[in-house]
Amino acid sequence: MSELQVLAGREIIAQSHVRDTLLRAERLPHIWCPGCGIGIVLGAYAHAVERSSIPVEKHVCISGIGCTGRVSGYMNLDSFHTTHGRAIAFATGMALFRPELEITVISGDGDITTIGGNHLIHAARRNVDINVIMVNNFNYGMTGGQHGATTPLEAKTYTTPYGNIETPFNVPYLVAAAGASFVARWTTLHVRQLAKAVERMMEVEGFAFLEVVSPCPPTFGEFNGFPEALDMMEYFRKHCVVDHSADLSKIGIGLKPGEKLVVGNFVDRRRPSYQELLEEMRGRAMGGEHK
Amino acid sequence: MSEKLLKPGTYFMMGNMACVEAALIAGCRFFAGYPITPSSEIFERASLRFPQVGGVAVEMEDELGSMAAIIGASYAGAKAMTATSGPGFSLMMENIGLAFIMEAPVVVVNVQRAGPSTGIPTLVGQGDVMQARWGSHGDLETIAYCPSSVQEFFDLTIKAFNTAERFRTPVFVLADQVVGMMWERLRVPQYEEIEVVERERLSPDMLGSRPPFDYSQDFNPMPIVGTGCRVNVDSLTHDERGYPTTDHAVSERMLSHLLGKIRNHAHEIWRWEEQMMDDAEIAVIAYGSTARSALKAVKTARSRGIRVGLVKLLTIWPFPDELIEKISQKVNAIVVPEINYGQLIHPVKEHAKCPVVGVNWAPGSLIEPHVIVDALEVIAA
Ligand code: SF4
Repeated sequence: MSELQVLAGREIIAQSHVRDTLLRAERLPHIWCPGCGIGIVLGAYAHAVERSSIPVEKHVCISGIGCTGRVSGYMNLDSFHTTHGRAIAFATGMALFRPELEITVISGDGDITTIGGNHLIHAARRNVDINVIMVNNFNYGMTGGQHGATTPLEAKTYTTPYGNIETPFNVPYLVAAAGASFVARWTTLHVRQLAKAVERMMEVEGFAFLEVVSPCPPTFGEFNGFPEALDMMEYFRKHCVVDHSADLSKIGIGLKPGEKLVVGNFVDRRRPSYQELLEEMRGRAMGGEHK
Repeated sequence: MSEKLLKPGTYFMMGNMACVEAALIAGCRFFAGYPITPSSEIFERASLRFPQVGGVAVEMEDELGSMAAIIGASYAGAKAMTATSGPGFSLMMENIGLAFIMEAPVVVVNVQRAGPSTGIPTLVGQGDVMQARWGSHGDLETIAYCPSSVQEFFDLTIKAFNTAERFRTPVFVLADQVVGMMWERLRVPQYEEIEVVERERLSPDMLGSRPPFDYSQDFNPMPIVGTGCRVNVDSLTHDERGYPTTDHAVSERMLSHLLGKIRNHAHEIWRWEEQMMDDAEIAVIAYGSTARSALKAVKTARSRGIRVGLVKLLTIWPFPDELIEKISQKVNAIVVPEINYGQLIHPVKEHAKCPVVGVNWAPGSLIEPHVIVDALEVIAA
């Protein structure tokens, strides 16, 4: 249990936390801005690791580069902070060689869909049995707020000073079309659904993908009507609609007032994972079948 | 599984295929590739052979992905490799740096072709020599072996895995189209004559008394995932615990370790062969398929009374500076033929105490021996 210490003032400081063994507590405080949503995602992942039936030493956390890319380094697991965009390819090699590992890639929207988009769709197509949690804050936060493949039309960033003219990816639609076993979207307001979805991803055979829509007050919110973290949480509260069977072609995000932000566990289907097919093929090869 | 490996004996085999058989004998069980001429036979044979011995051969979406995948597999405990040619090698540079800073043993085979850019995919070149040394950003120390025959392609592929395991770093086999696609005699020795090195592994109990990255040591045991080590492995400059840092002193310690483990043990990596060097007044320094032309040229020049010998470099990186310095004190001139417009000649010049002359030709074919003979005759006169 948490050990609390009441100080002379009215401040209460937690000396430890139940999840301390899952975090590299000596690395805290973390680098994220006040109001950032990434910590909520980290919490949901830690919760899911804790509840999963897979032993903790079989969990591997892999990130690319960016604000969300720092998640892996705070997890007290086998953790890898790789190169920009390449976390999924790195995870693929690891997962194919050791299928018993429970590998989760946690990275940002720019890392996963823009520079790493090719790896994303091919891992989904192959249905590689890994989990990918993509924190979508609609911009490149760590480099100061530039647009990427998820920035809504007309949004202002430092590289779209006249408003974004590029149509963003509708990521769940893309990943589902590519063939993933599991596809979901939640926001940082949906703390419980988030953790539950991650737990489910750890059970799914095949590629499991989760988009987490998240506030980034200083570099995206500031210029797009969400200057405080609560502004975006308030937007989520007012606009989110849970629809597990939504038509995925219609759930692109525009962040407009009055527009629906559809969330849910959209796809959860049984398709053979790459590892299962590989095992079967290898059986044939080892049995002497070849041209 | 050894009954599925290529049996000891004598074969007639293609260089690219011999490379795959060598990898399997060296214990490699993970291959990630992307098709590219003139290395495709490596990927094709790997796709046939790796599953037979319980291994994995996967096609990635590009060479960035192949390189990332083999590093991931390496940390999962695999001896892992990829094979490519110039354009793919360019794409791998980013993650070659990752393997270097993460200290991941991997083998990258580059069957060089004529460049630059798409160049001439089906013809020979040696234009990636400097890229193998300086291609990835930041300060790296790299290791590259250069085979000049099918037998050397086989032998040096095994050597590359052993060196990667010992040094925990990416190792290149810098072959070329001639060596990759040529068919030649191959002798597979008895397995017990073949040295196979395995990496040292970190165990969780060792972490009580040492950090995972001990920069005071040249070599550290490797934390393999799934074994309970729970180590952070980072592409950022990191401290002894594997945690990112911007501290100058730590950065200096990390880099000294990464560079030093190779520089301090370069003697273990250097391989070369000398022929007719005893009384030589001129030395030809050659590597890869060019060494074949160079040998013929040296013999022809000898028959015309020119006292010349051949130094065939099997290791080009780390550069065998002491060897070049020693040879240059014995001869009056050094000739460096290369299928490029002058690459390895630069470190040769840097370390030689005698005049150094290049013989360069790179339109997509071997340097014919008579071209080297002509140069030797001019120098001798
Ligand atoms: S810039 Fe945005 S994403 Fe990055 S830490 Fe700050 S709030 Fe979070």
